[in-house]
Amino acid sequence: MVKELERAGLPVVHVCTVTPISLTVVANTIVPAIAIPHPLGNPALDKTEEKALRRKLVMKALSALQTEVDGQKVFED
Amino acid sequence: MRLELGKINITDIRFAKESKIEQGVLYIDPDYLKPVVLEDEKIRDVVFDIAKPGESVRITPVKDVIEPRVKVEGRGGVFPGWTSKVDTVGSGRTLALKGMAVVTAGKIVGFQEGIIDMTGTGAKYTPFSKTLNLCMVCEPVEGLKQHDYEAAVRKAGFRVAAKIGELARGLEADEICVYETCGIREGIEKYPDLPRVAYVSMLQTQGLLHDTYVYGVDAKQIIPTILSPTEIMDGAVVSGNCVSACDKNPTYIHQNNPVVEDLFAQHGKTLNFVCQIITNENVYLADKERSSNMTAKLCRMLDLDGVVVTQEGFGNPDTDLIMNCKKIEAEGVKTVIVTDEYAGRDGKSQSLADADAAADAVVTGGNANEVVVLPKLDKVIGTLDYVNRIAGASEDTLRPDGTLEVELQVITGATNEMGFGTLSAR
Amino acid sequence: MAKIKVVHYINQFFAGIGGEEKADIAAELHKGEVIGPGMAFNTGFGEEAEIIATIVCGDSYFNENIDAVKAEILGWVRELAPDLFIAGPAFNAGRYGVACGTIAAAVKEELGIKSITGMYVENPGADMYKDKVYILETKDSAAGMRAAVKKMTAFALKYAKDEKIGASCEDGYMNQGVRVNFFEKERGSKRAVDMLIAKLAGKPFTTEYPMPDFDRVEPNPAVKDMAHATIALVTSGGIVPKGNPDHIESSSASKFGEYSIEGVTDLDESTFETAHGGYDPVYANLDADRVLPVDVLRDLEKEGVIGKLHEKYYATVGNGTAVASAKKYGAEIGKRLVADGVDAVILTST
Repeated sequence: MVKELERAGLPVVHVCTVTPISLTVVANTIVPAIAIPHPLGNPALDKTEEKALRRKLVMKALSALQTEVDGQKVFED
Repeated sequence: MRLELGKINITDIRFAKESKIEQGVLYIDPDYLKPVVLEDEKIRDVVFDIAKPGESVRITPVKDVIEPRVKVEGRGGVFPGWTSKVDTVGSGRTLALKGMAVVTAGKIVGFQEGIIDMTGTGAKYTPFSKTLNLCMVCEPVEGLKQHDYEAAVRKAGFRVAAKIGELARGLEADEICVYETCGIREGIEKYPDLPRVAYVSMLQTQGLLHDTYVYGVDAKQIIPTILSPTEIMDGAVVSGNCVSACDKNPTYIHQNNPVVEDLFAQHGKTLNFVCQIITNENVYLADKERSSNMTAKLCRMLDLDGVVVTQEGFGNPDTDLIMNCKKIEAEGVKTVIVTDEYAGRDGKSQSLADADAAADAVVTGGNANEVVVLPKLDKVIGTLDYVNRIAGASEDTLRPDGTLEVELQVITGATNEMGFGTLSAR
Repeated sequence: MAKIKVVHYINQFFAGIGGEEKADIAAELHKGEVIGPGMAFNTGFGEEAEIIATIVCGDSYFNENIDAVKAEILGWVRELAPDLFIAGPAFNAGRYGVACGTIAAAVKEELGIKSITGMYVENPGADMYKDKVYILETKDSAAGMRAAVKKMTAFALKYAKDEKIGASCEDGYMNQGVRVNFFEKERGSKRAVDMLIAKLAGKPFTTEYPMPDFDRVEPNPAVKDMAHATIALVTSGGIVPKGNPDHIESSSASKFGEYSIEGVTDLDESTFETAHGGYDPVYANLDADRVLPVDVLRDLEKEGVIGKLHEKYYATVGNGTAVASAKKYGAEIGKRLVADGVDAVILTST
């Protein structure tokens, strides 16, 4: 799916937990997520902390979208 | 460790006033088993039923399938951590009731339970169309949460299987198979020229409702470890998961692990079967990395020459499978991996979510997306209320004429990734 | 039952006309004639089928005049209206193999007539046409004629009679890149143990699933002006409005959903849930922002970090969904997003 969106001419950032799959299916811009059942959250945290964590991930995704990439890149911390 | 597995062939199951096994017939008094189930206050009621091969019967939604066994000699008891304490099992003598199974079914707990058809097209694909099935349909108490219900039904199944197993205590086995592995030094001395082979068993551990248990421990919390392959024969590993029915490993298949059996068949002849390695398939990437690293390390430290790796489920566990394969091969240990495929209804898609050139020896249990039409059967044990929702079904599954159009995914054990069946694909 | 009518295609050599020096002869139609290997086919068919015509063409002529000769032969075959078309077998003869593949595939695709050919696996015609038409695998030279005819005859009858064609390894045709289920003789675990023993001994073994290649797409230029960009959310985590109005399947999804989040600032338990059957749904059901971060993006929209959160989002279920379907959904979603003037996409997966 990520490839087809890219093919349509849209810059795409893939936020996912299992980055090796994303790399194998050749997504270009990848941001690692928290865990499969809650990629952008962590139920162990309280609501405010959890939202702050989510905001951090989304900001990372947005900054990845503003970065020129050449081939595949995983945006680690 | 050395385990003698005594097989008692069950040729029929009948309801009766008294529970006993006589000349291969299992007589069951439902009132003998009912209190065993209802001792858990989360279960409101249970109904027992019998499904025999060839009958026009459909069992759904199927949760787990279990073979009744009883430990008659040696340490511990069956299903350690559940119906017995956690003593190390896998030695001494165990009796197994062959040709039958306990099937737990009932109101759905997740999306992913299965169908067992005793006749017709579906029967060709499920191994449990060939067993005499004692089915237990459990009703939860009002307001019980999904995962509590899952746990209650799972545990009730083990208690019932153990209780039925007890009926075999004192009986003469029809056949005795002996399974024995060597210690490390002993094996090297005894079989200096044979390749050292282990079995890497990946356990489904994707989270609540998708778990496997080892001696009562949730396997997502384990670090890969080694077992004597005889331990699973006493129920050391049990299923608690709801992944797609076709490629989950019911407890029955752990007890009768086909890779373990087929490696034992070659043990001392073409290879030295060293041990079973168990690992998990977790949802955190770090866990995937750690577990595959540990598994590869164990293979190296055990001085293995080769391993068979089996998977459970599909999707992100394909990555665990490929990581295991890649890292074990990198240690110089040869691998064969067993998986199944999601190649689309037309068979034209990529079969696995992940791939690597190191995976050059693959055995497949077939394409789980293949569509089959199951006939309308006379009797349903459980309910068809959820049949349009289970994984592999769609809102059009139940057709006006009562037939079901489904993917193989819905059929319990259809594309088993331990190689329990003969289905394959090219 | 009437006999199955077969038209047979062969080259100048197997027609007994000559070798390389005759490779430039034009296509000829021999109605009612059975020539060369056709005789063996006819014997093999017994009472069930018969060759009603043989088409002969020089290999060089075919390959040098490919469009014209194809049209001419298709015209004849259309006229003859056989039940089945057989080309070759071509063994390892390169130009003959390409001719057989080309014409057999054209008969199938353009006339809708069942069609087969046979050749050696390394014949260049094999790679070119094995996914378009059934190609039965033969030996590399005409010494394997007898075995090839036997195999092709059996397959031809089965195919013509609409019997179920099994997997490639069962029925002896070259794999068409389509996965076909069948029952093996041995169970999977035994096959795995046998494969491992062979691999350990350095003996040949055949994997049941060769690893695929993945195609690549070049990344698009980065977003220059985020403060004025419209960002869309897409997820394969199955986040849907409560009640799953489109009935997206929990696995092997047959569709994707397009949903409005206009005016929505936070996804909660009462309005959104997940339809995905592959992971523990509890966390996503309690708070779907954990999969689809609408709450945070609304904040960022308000703060001017992004220009706008696109008012529609797209969802499907990745669980067990065939790659080809996912591809189709991706292409369609991409089209709609571009049409709506979206600048970039955040795709979340579970």
